[in-house]
Amino acid sequence: MSATATSAAELVPVLEVRELKKYFPIRQGLVSRLSGKVYAVDGISFDIHPGETLGLVGESGCGKSTVGKTVLKLLEPTSGTIRLDGRDITWLRRSELRPLRREMQMIFQDPFSSLNPRMSAGQIVAEPLAVHDIARGPQRLERVAALFRRVGLRPDQMTEFPHAFSGGQRQRIGIARALAVQPKLIVGDEPVSALDVSIQAQVINLMMDLQEEYGLAYLFIAHDLAVVQHIAHRVAVMYLGRIVELADKRSLFSQPLHPYTEALLAAVPIPDPKARRGARTVPAGDVPSPINPPKGCHFHARCPYAMERCRIEFPALRELQPGHFVSCHRH
Amino acid sequence: MQAGELTDRAERGSATAAALPVLEIENLQTHFLLRKGILRAVDGFSCSLNPGETLGIVGESGCGKSMTALSILRLVPNPPGKIVGGVIRFEGRDLLALSETEMRKIRGNNISMIFQEPMSSLNPVVTIGRQISEAIWLHQGVGARDALLKTVEMLHMVRISEPERRLSEYPHQLSGGMRQRVMIAMALSCNPQVLLADEPTTALDVTIQAQILMLMTELQQSLGTAIMLITHDMGVIAEHADRVVVMYAGRKVEEAPVEEIFANPLHPYTHGLLRSVPRLDLSSTEDTARRRLSEIPGTVPPLDQLPAGCAFSPRCGFATDICRREYPPLEAKSPGHFATCWHSDQVRSAGP
Repeated sequence: MSATATSAAELVPVLEVRELKKYFPIRQGLVSRLSGKVYAVDGISFDIHPGETLGLVGESGCGKSTVGKTVLKLLEPTSGTIRLDGRDITWLRRSELRPLRREMQMIFQDPFSSLNPRMSAGQIVAEPLAVHDIARGPQRLERVAALFRRVGLRPDQMTEFPHAFSGGQRQRIGIARALAVQPKLIVGDEPVSALDVSIQAQVINLMMDLQEEYGLAYLFIAHDLAVVQHIAHRVAVMYLGRIVELADKRSLFSQPLHPYTEALLAAVPIPDPKARRGARTVPAGDVPSPINPPKGCHFHARCPYAMERCRIEFPALRELQPGHFVSCHRH
Repeated sequence: MQAGELTDRAERGSATAAALPVLEIENLQTHFLLRKGILRAVDGFSCSLNPGETLGIVGESGCGKSMTALSILRLVPNPPGKIVGGVIRFEGRDLLALSETEMRKIRGNNISMIFQEPMSSLNPVVTIGRQISEAIWLHQGVGARDALLKTVEMLHMVRISEPERRLSEYPHQLSGGMRQRVMIAMALSCNPQVLLADEPTTALDVTIQAQILMLMTELQQSLGTAIMLITHDMGVIAEHADRVVVMYAGRKVEEAPVEEIFANPLHPYTHGLLRSVPRLDLSSTEDTARRRLSEIPGTVPPLDQLPAGCAFSPRCGFATDICRREYPPLEAKSPGHFATCWHSDQVRSAGP
C-alpha cells in the first residue's frame, strides 16, 4: 500500500481540516439550562499528507486532544470540514462512517486504561479485524502473529492478558491494534508521555519505522516539544483552541515567530548542564479558561510584546514565509 | 526533642556548618513483604545531602526513588512495606530510632516533602489558609494570628496573586500550577533544612514547570534549604541539580557531580539513558532528517525476578560473564564519581 500512496502524495492530503470548531455546552441546574460554552476548538485548519507526521503541541486544556477525537469523528464537530482522502466525512452518520474507520486509527496515552483487561493481547489486536471482517480463522491468527512480531512482541504472548505486560509493551499492543486494519492515518494522543525515557525511545523508533514501511500519516499530539521535534515533519502550536503557529519543524524550532512558541521553547529544560540558561523569561500566569477566552489575541495577557491592538483584534493566521503560518500582530 | 536543640530558627541556617551533611543515608533497606516473597524496593542505598545543595535522583518508575524519600520521612506504607535496615541520620540523629511522636515534630518542620500530584497532599475540605497556618502554629509555637500572617507571607513568596483572598479558598478552586505553589508554600512554611521534591513538576505544563523550578531555586538560595529532587526528566536534572544519583532496580548505580555525569557517564544504564533522551536542540537547525533515537533494549525486570549478578546485565551491551555472576561493588572511579560496573572503563571510552 505504501508504493501507490507515495506517488499521489503531493496531490491529495490524507486528512484535510478546514475551520474546524468544537464547542461543548455547559449545562447547569435541574433543567439543564445552557449556561455557557467551552470553546475547546475554535476554527482550526491543517492538512496531513501520506507518510507525513504533523505534531500538534500545546499545554493542557488547549484543545489538542479534542482536535484528535473530532477529526476521527469520535466527537461530533460543531462546524467546519473534515476530509479523509478527499472525501468529506464531517457529517457522515455512524453507519456510513464504519467502513471508513479502517482508514483512521488511534493510539492512546494511557496504555493501562485503553486496553480491555478481560481480553487477551491477541484478542485485542484481532478485534478490529473481526469488526471489519478481514481475514478469518487461521489466517486472522497468522495476521495477528505477524503484527506481534512487527511491533516487537513475541507471538506466544498473544494468549497473555494486559496486566502481564509493562507500559511499553502495552503501548506496542495498542500500536499493533491500530495497524491491524492497515490504516492511512493514525492519531496518537500523547502516545509516549506515560512511558519511561528508555522505553519512550523504543516506541518513538517503532512509530518512525512503521511510518516509513507503510507510508502512514500521523497526527502526533504531545506536550513534549523535544519528542515532537524528533518525530514530526511539520508542527502546529495550539493555544486556547486555536493554532497560533504552523510550520515545518526546522523553521518552527529555529525561528519561532509567535511569542507563545518562543515561550514554550524557552521553558523546555535542556539535558545539558553546560547549557544552563539561568533565569529565563517564562510567561507569567496560567492559561486562561476556554469558557471565557480573552478578547483579541488569546495570548495577550501573558505576552511580553502585547500592544493595544492585541487586546481588541484577533490576529488571523497568515502565511508569512512559504509554509510558515503565524497569528500575531507583530508580523 | 531535647530542650535547646533546633529551637532557634534564625541561627539555624548559618550555624550548621557547610561541611557537614544535613542528611545521611547509609545502607537503607526498604522491603515489601508480600505473599509471593520479599520485594527489595530499596536495597542498600546510601547517599548524603549537604546544606543548600540540590541532589538529583533519577531512575525509571519502580527503581526505588520515591520509596527512598518516603523512607526518610518514615511514611512507607506499612504493611506491606518496612524499613528493615540502615541508618538515616538527620543532623546527627538517627531518624529510624526516633519515636513516632518525635518523628512527627520533624515531618513538615525540619524535613518536608512535595509530591507530584498536589491534590494528594492537600485536604480538599480545608481552606488554603487553614492548611498552611496549621503547620506553622503546630510546629513553631506561634499564635493563630501570627501563623496566618506568616501564611500570607508564604503565599506571597510563591507568587500567588491576592494571597489574603486565597486564604479562604479551597484547593479545587485553584489551577494545577497554583496548587503546586500552595504545596511548596506549605512545605517551606517552617523553613525546613531538607525538602524532598518527588517529581514536583511532572504533572505540569512546561511554562508552569519552569516557573515552579525557578521559584524553588530562588527559595533555596534565600533559605539555604537542601533539596532532594526526584525526577525522570534529564533536562530538569541538568538545569537544577548539583550532584546526581542514578538508581536502578532499588540500588544506586552511579553518583557524580552533574556536569561530570553528563560528560562521562560510567554506568551503562546512565550512558544509555542520556543517549535515549530526545533533545530539543535549538542550534542544530540543519538537521531536518529524522534520526533514530538510541534505545536501551528490553525493560526493567520486576523486583521479584531480578537476574543473578548485575540487575542491568540483561539489557547491557557491555555485559560479560562476570556481570551475570556477581553484582559489581560501588567504587570511586574518579574523585566524587562512583559507579557499580565491572566495565566502566569501556563505558568511559565509548564517550557520552
